[in-house]
Amino acid sequence: MRRALPFAVMLVVAVAAYYAFPYNLAFLTRIVFTMILVLSLDLLLGVTGIDTLGQAALYGSGAYAAGLFAIHVWNDPLAGLAVGALAGATVAFVSGLFLLRAHGLTLLMLTIAVAEVLKELANKLDWITGGTDGLGGIQMGPVLGLWDFDFIGQTGYIYAVSVLFVVAAVLSVVTGSPFGLSLRGIKDSPARMRAIGTPVGRRKLAAYVLAGAVAGIAGALAAQSTALVSLSVYDFQLSAEAVLMLVLGGTGRLWGALIGTAVFMTVHEVAASVNPFNWLFVIGFLVLGVVYAAPRGLIGLPEELRQILRRLK
Amino acid sequence: MSAGLEVRGLNKAFGGLTVARDINLDLNPGDRKALIGPNGAGKSTFTNLITGILEPSSGSIRLDGRDIGRLSEAQRVKAGIAKTFQITNLFKSLTVRDNLRLPLLERRGLTGRPIRRADRDGGVEDEVESLLAQFRLSDLGDRTVQRLAYGQQRLVEMAMTLALKPRILILDEPAAGVPSSESPLIAEAIAGLPQDLAVLIIEHDMGLVFQVAQRIIVLVAGAILTEGRPEEIAADPRVRDLYLGAHHG
Amino acid sequence: MNLVLSIITDGVSFGMILFMISVGLSVTMGLMRVVNLAHGGFAMLGGAFTHWAMVRAGLPFLPAAALSLVVVVLLSLPMERVLYRPIYKMGELPQVLATIGITFLMIASVAYWQGSTLLPIKLPAAMQGSVDLGFRTLPTHRIYVMVAGMLVILGLFWLTERTRFGIRLRAAVDHPGTAACLGIDTSRIFAVTFALGAALAALGGILGAELLPIDAYYPLRYMVLFLTVVAVGGLGSITGSFVAALALGILDTAARYLFPDFGTIFFYGAMFVILGLRPQGLMGRV
Repeated sequence: MRRALPFAVMLVVAVAAYYAFPYNLAFLTRIVFTMILVLSLDLLLGVTGIDTLGQAALYGSGAYAAGLFAIHVWNDPLAGLAVGALAGATVAFVSGLFLLRAHGLTLLMLTIAVAEVLKELANKLDWITGGTDGLGGIQMGPVLGLWDFDFIGQTGYIYAVSVLFVVAAVLSVVTGSPFGLSLRGIKDSPARMRAIGTPVGRRKLAAYVLAGAVAGIAGALAAQSTALVSLSVYDFQLSAEAVLMLVLGGTGRLWGALIGTAVFMTVHEVAASVNPFNWLFVIGFLVLGVVYAAPRGLIGLPEELRQILRRLK
Repeated sequence: MSAGLEVRGLNKAFGGLTVARDINLDLNPGDRKALIGPNGAGKSTFTNLITGILEPSSGSIRLDGRDIGRLSEAQRVKAGIAKTFQITNLFKSLTVRDNLRLPLLERRGLTGRPIRRADRDGGVEDEVESLLAQFRLSDLGDRTVQRLAYGQQRLVEMAMTLALKPRILILDEPAAGVPSSESPLIAEAIAGLPQDLAVLIIEHDMGLVFQVAQRIIVLVAGAILTEGRPEEIAADPRVRDLYLGAHHG
Repeated sequence: MNLVLSIITDGVSFGMILFMISVGLSVTMGLMRVVNLAHGGFAMLGGAFTHWAMVRAGLPFLPAAALSLVVVVLLSLPMERVLYRPIYKMGELPQVLATIGITFLMIASVAYWQGSTLLPIKLPAAMQGSVDLGFRTLPTHRIYVMVAGMLVILGLFWLTERTRFGIRLRAAVDHPGTAACLGIDTSRIFAVTFALGAALAALGGILGAELLPIDAYYPLRYMVLFLTVVAVGGLGSITGSFVAALALGILDTAARYLFPDFGTIFFYGAMFVILGLRPQGLMGRV
């Protein structure tokens, strides 16, 4: 019962947003696929304790794979998601074999390097990817053969929200499973996990591949919703912002990823529409406020307030 | 061939520095042996060699006659050798129950399973509760480990290791850092370990060593100085000079 | 032959700039274990102040640059105290987050104050033009940069090897706990090192403005570049930063001359290979 509650809240919010902002569905859809990206990051940073600033490598590969698949092979959206997931998982597997033995700054730099190398590669392969012009001309077929993507983005939004639900449900099951518990154990103490006989390297790789699949789905959804893939899907800034959103919301509990993404992107949209530098001031102070005052993120705020109140009593 | 652990001629050198020198040791079911020695004597090196964190330069480590000297840390755990950590190494942000579930799930080969909740396996849950009861932690099961008193954390440490159902148990300074008021808890927990378990205790607290060990091995500068019953060790003048003297000096 | 010489002179001077900007980052990261993504911001502040002092206040280059270094030091000390000290003890993630936040505030402040356009620094006549070495000519600016870089590394060696401060600094990098037990005031060492690193970054920013143009987004644009030098060189190692900066500077320059179409792929590829083989960096300790 208690596990179903967050899903119910999510459903209510998604429906309310649909009716409250009928002319901003494209923006809402962007929030939704970014949420999936940040969820994939939470599996690494929050649950397993793998620090990364290169999630764009997994996301971008999913986006390009899904875009190319739709143009050249089949424009079915769900098949595109599967291809995106496969691409993200493959990049995660191959790069993970090299990355995951590193720690700290080295790990962060290696994850950045993977995304940058892929970006240069996509740029060089411009006869496939469109290079700096981006990959255009993506025309998606109807979802499940029934619902066409419409101009206002109603289908796109409902489709994206449905995918988010499925991804969140799967991740919720996985993080609650013995496998998920072993990932949390690795985050707390890899040495102890080794001492109880767990193959830590294999578990981390499995987590990385799963996160790669989820990030790939996010990228595929982005490609399908915006009908465009540009080199910016591999941007360092995207990886860094995903980390900001996650830590802002709170790590390790999945729901923090959703809250952080929604708050960050909404604040961004509002502040940037006033003045682009305004936005940097706002987000700068917001981020510092979270680090210094609410280290567990927005999702930890109620508990922190409760503790303060208890101390006052 | 013997049942239990058989260490023969174990050496370990880092460059020119020899940290383990021709160590022989037997540990059989039911044994309660203690390894003592001054700081830097090579006690930690020895445990690391046994558990597979370090690779020996030469010598053999056999378990039930089978050479395990080349097995990885994880493989040795599966073979039946487990150790507790000198400085508690627990999953601090997880609850006591989750800390016990992890080794229990691992022993059953389940930590790779991505479906079904981790706290729904009947066999595991029964064992969690019986371990909690054995170490008198039942009331604290849902607390996160970081909120436990240090002595209680040492008990969780021992319970976790026991959850692996080892045949050879190495207790690496089980009372380190525990306030003397809580140290009877540790002695009691050691006394309550399964009878057929082979236990090697590495400890500074002589009170605890003389209370629980049947035999004591004294390690100095990487080599065994002497081995004997507690009263023999206590009477040995070399041990007084080298270890007890240094300890009190 | 000419091409090789061009690659070497441009590569070495680019490497010197990278070294000046990154060395402070390497030492502070080795010392305080803080992942400081905002370090490039000090290079930008140095450049922005110099631009402002020359264009708005009409100062000549040298006084403007000197004044900028003083201003950056004066800014860095309270920043270390207020913004950085609380995060030394935190994990990597909050550090990444906080220092990205600081970066954003630096960008926003400079953009608010100077706008978001390019902030060029006009070099004095003595640093323009070129010098004839007999067998070929070299741009004067490159020579100044190389000399400045050599002076910086010699000065740092003198500081760490020959002074009381240096001995304490090395002790604090190698054994932070022990240093504190010996009564070394580590928090003062942190502050002084931080300010020194910021000043060197500002110097690199000013001298390197021709190669890495100054504007508000500078700290974000070159963030990865500076971090790469630190990671490849090895945390806390001055020599490591020097070697890494020169090697990466020459590699990047050579790639731009020889394979202009391939962009930064060699740079990141080299980083990936080096860190894959030596996760602790070239000169880092395990």
